[in-house]
Amino acid sequence: MYNGGKILIGLIIFVGLVTFPFLYGGVKATAKPDPKIDTPEILKMTEKERKCVESKAFMKKEHMQLLNDWRDWVVRDGNTIYTNAEGKTFTMSLQNTCMKCHSNKSKFCDECHNYTAVKPYCWDCHIAPKEKKS
Amino acid sequence: MSVNRRDFLKIVSMSTILSIGGVATVSSLKNHAEASQLSKSPTALTAKRWAMVVDMSKFTSEEDYRKCIDACHLTHNVPNITDNPKHEIKWLWTETYEHAFPGNEDVYRAEKFQHMPFLMLCNHCENPPCVRVCPTQATFKRKSDGIVMMDMHRCIGCRFCMAGCPYGARSFNFKNPRPFVDQAKENPEFPTRMKGVVEKCTLCYERLAKGLLPACVEAAKEIAAKKGTTPGLIFGDLEDPNSEVRKILSERFTIRRKPELGTGPSVYYII
Amino acid sequence: MLENAINGGRRYWVWIFCLLGVIGVGFLAYIYQFINGLGVTGMSRDVSWGLYIGQFTFLVGVAASGVMVVLPYYLHDYKKFGRLTILGEFLAIAAVIMCMLFIFVDLGQPLRVLNVILHPTLNSVMFYDMLVLSGYLFLNLLIGWTVLGAERKEVPPAKWVKPLIILSIAWAPSIHTVTAFLYAGIPGRHFWLTAILAARFLASAFAGGPSLLILLCLIVRKYTKFDPGKEAIQSLGKIVTYCMLLNVFFLGLELFTAFYSQIPGHMHSFVYLYAGLHGHNQLVPIMWLSSILAAISVFMLVFPQIRKKEGLLAIACVATFFSLWIDKGFGLVIGGFVPNPFEKITEYWPTIPEALITLAIWAIGFLILTILYKIAISVKEEVVFDKYGERQIKAE
Repeated sequence: MYNGGKILIGLIIFVGLVTFPFLYGGVKATAKPDPKIDTPEILKMTEKERKCVESKAFMKKEHMQLLNDWRDWVVRDGNTIYTNAEGKTFTMSLQNTCMKCHSNKSKFCDECHNYTAVKPYCWDCHIAPKEKKS
Repeated sequence: MSVNRRDFLKIVSMSTILSIGGVATVSSLKNHAEASQLSKSPTALTAKRWAMVVDMSKFTSEEDYRKCIDACHLTHNVPNITDNPKHEIKWLWTETYEHAFPGNEDVYRAEKFQHMPFLMLCNHCENPPCVRVCPTQATFKRKSDGIVMMDMHRCIGCRFCMAGCPYGARSFNFKNPRPFVDQAKENPEFPTRMKGVVEKCTLCYERLAKGLLPACVEAAKEIAAKKGTTPGLIFGDLEDPNSEVRKILSERFTIRRKPELGTGPSVYYII
Repeated sequence: MLENAINGGRRYWVWIFCLLGVIGVGFLAYIYQFINGLGVTGMSRDVSWGLYIGQFTFLVGVAASGVMVVLPYYLHDYKKFGRLTILGEFLAIAAVIMCMLFIFVDLGQPLRVLNVILHPTLNSVMFYDMLVLSGYLFLNLLIGWTVLGAERKEVPPAKWVKPLIILSIAWAPSIHTVTAFLYAGIPGRHFWLTAILAARFLASAFAGGPSLLILLCLIVRKYTKFDPGKEAIQSLGKIVTYCMLLNVFFLGLELFTAFYSQIPGHMHSFVYLYAGLHGHNQLVPIMWLSSILAAISVFMLVFPQIRKKEGLLAIACVATFFSLWIDKGFGLVIGGFVPNPFEKITEYWPTIPEALITLAIWAIGFLILTILYKIAISVKEEVVFDKYGERQIKAE
């Protein structure tokens, strides 16, 4: 092909640049996120009691939307109690409900957020629970 | 079929706009919850219109009002900005008579009135100009109880509300407030704010939702219990003829700040 | 048509790169402000709007002033403005973009700016301001581009442009009235709470904008082969004269109401600005500078013998522009916040980052103006010249 040498060199540089983040980060960066739910507060509960506001599948997919909805319902509408599909009630609060069980933000929330390079601004205002450095 | 450049650009931009608009419309129509799923706590304090009466005779020493201010500021993680007085943030503070009620000055007024520490806070007006001017409804008047609320998630920090408030009740986060919140004393059950949003007293809506009185009112009650008098801050429903505030208003003469502006402030002062 | 923007001589490119340099520095200053918050400016809890909003207010006026050349030409067939309308429309475009940028840099949470569109608030003047500014920008872009394109092809513009032009003539005063409404309906800020604020805004806009346009026309005539026309410039000069007189008259009206009524709330802001209040007098020198410049400009404009000499007219326009820039771009905003609702005084002066960001936005405006004018003038140079290379309309 015409200018074959230049094209090949260009391609190699391009591939190098695009894969650099993965090569630099190594296995750590590409490891599957593993959010831990073995906080002391969760372990204190019995197996039957260990239920989040909604099912794991729902929360995995929709927790962002749920939190958005909660904040509008609490701040704007003045409703504080949420009844889930199974009839259990919760106070709608990130700091005082979600984080009471999931008190390990760095091993739970941050696991997936770091992997997907998402920086939600919740923590600019909402105080994350203090974690013991381990 | 060949398309010329202009037509191609027109087709591409129209399809982009329409698809973004379509996706946005469809997602906004998604139903998020049934109304039956949401409710208030049964212990919540409710009113048609919350109001506060400040009985100045009960604020005789600095300790009296300092406790109220500290209760408010600590409960809500209000930062103590020490490096620049221009960036001060305050939800509850004091002013002397000539500054609390400008336009009512009189050099012949008795000394004791001139130096009284009038507690200043958001007046949670009946007809709030700040709500009128907010372009995103980040500040809004709650229909249920008349509290002028702040939605920190929606505020774009345009500060139109600060220009609009005739009482100087609002503060802006000119920088990140976290370094100025005492970590030892912070309240882990209430968030801080971030830089770039406006904040003010929100009548402890989060405490009312749990059946508790506002922090400053609670502090005033404690001071009164210790001293054996009645509290300096009385809180209640203006539209309930049997409430404490209505009783006081029917017996004592009270003044409000700048009532001639038609804002309908809900904070009354007994001198 | 766009290719005209990249076919320029050495002087053109040096100017462009100087502007880009200023923009680059200001952009870095903005990053500093974005990271650290608006505390890097001189604003405070008491003076919560400063240079950015002041400049925005002034530039809405400059944008609205495009109507001053469009109206006589399209509604009253004043042919002399025929060569100027595109310059007025393009100035309006540059000014509106500067306005939007000033709002953006003033926001505490700029990434949330779309909340104004996502949550329309019909009782907020700022919502309408966003609507009318965006509409005006769109109108001027569409009209300017279409008319210029038609001129290049030496055909009359499409018929649908005419109703849009009439719409833009009505739209222009409305953008500045809405901006005045941002201030004129605020209870408790007596410096702004006057029924004639919108009238003052329009008078100062129609004096300041055309004075800038005159200066731009003189520059265009000097550095390009296109001559906007001596009579057109003189007509603009008359507009500046009358509107500046109106502007000074309106200020007199304000001063009368404040000082004859002797109501403290009405007087205090004027006293602070022009004499100092309780020892605070930081703004007094520049407010008097604005007044002296206004006096000079009115004196020079009122006498036709002075106004007819283009060199002196240019000086008068510079005086007019800067007088109004200080008055509206600074004094108006600060005067509303001093004294504060507690009758206490916190003064305001912009900081260096604030000034650098402001300069950068002005540079962006001039960059847009330069590029648009380059395109417009390149088209006009081709068309207005006859085939002998002579100017079709000789300068009188």
